[in-house]
Amino acid sequence: MFEAVAFYLFATLTIIMFTITVMTSQALYALTAMAAGMIFISAFFFILGADFLGAIQIIVYTGAVMALYAFGMMFFDTTRTLVEKRSNPRLVVVLGGLAAVLVVLIVLAPIVTTNINAHYPIDPSVGNSQAIGMVLFTKYLVPFELAAVMLLVAMIAGIVLAGKKMDKSLTLMADEEIALMHASSTQNTEEGAH
Amino acid sequence: MELTLNHYLVLSTILFAIGLIGVMRRKNLLMLFFATEILLNAVNIGFAAISHYRGDYTGQMFAFFIIAIAASEVAVGLGLLIVWYKRTGKIDLDQMTSMRG
Repeated sequence: MFEAVAFYLFATLTIIMFTITVMTSQALYALTAMAAGMIFISAFFFILGADFLGAIQIIVYTGAVMALYAFGMMFFDTTRTLVEKRSNPRLVVVLGGLAAVLVVLIVLAPIVTTNINAHYPIDPSVGNSQAIGMVLFTKYLVPFELAAVMLLVAMIAGIVLAGKKMDKSLTLMADEEIALMHASSTQNTEEGAH
Repeated sequence: MELTLNHYLVLSTILFAIGLIGVMRRKNLLMLFFATEILLNAVNIGFAAISHYRGDYTGQMFAFFIIAIAASEVAVGLGLLIVWYKRTGKIDLDQMTSMRG
């Protein structure tokens, strides 16, 4: 009973928050509604007994991803009202609904037709975090390490892309000035090498 | 009133549809990134629900890897977006025509 009440409450809240994110014309409203929706989604994970996933959802999404977006938005002009294309809104709604129905069919088809055997069945004698750790570090060790390498690559890419030429504004410079800057920097590195 | 797997799958689908509408509606690239985050989260709900109702940890594992992919996507995408904004002063999708043939 309480499970159902919690489900419907958080489902309503999440749908409202994400609708605000998609529909608003203010970037800051979109960001805050998005962060709220992320926290509400973690409630579903707690209801479903995936405690560790819920904690990770809060830490990674609202802690890291939304903070990153907030810092990134400092670079952009967020006070300006967003102008969106509205060529044919009805077509967009129809296409979105159609794609969603297709997704339901894709998800439901294997469940309805065949019996699925659990590869790693849920063991009620150990807690969720412990069981997750056992499965993750035995059966999924190689994907886990690959994900770690991928995150390292993404971190280095983010630092290189965003941190380069922080003291100069490439927006206010002409193309010739940028080319000149690149030429002088390569010259400097060549001189340093000699 | 018992909750079933279908409740969660329908919720996941609704959120996915909201994300799709966002992807098709938005012209600002930052807002487009928000819509993709909504798509990834909708899929995560479906994975966690199937994991619970089928009694299998595989769904939760996939949700973890999706979260890792989302985090790295944000890092790289936001870096590229900042470089693009520094160069052009705009992050509108319609003005990215430098690769037009």
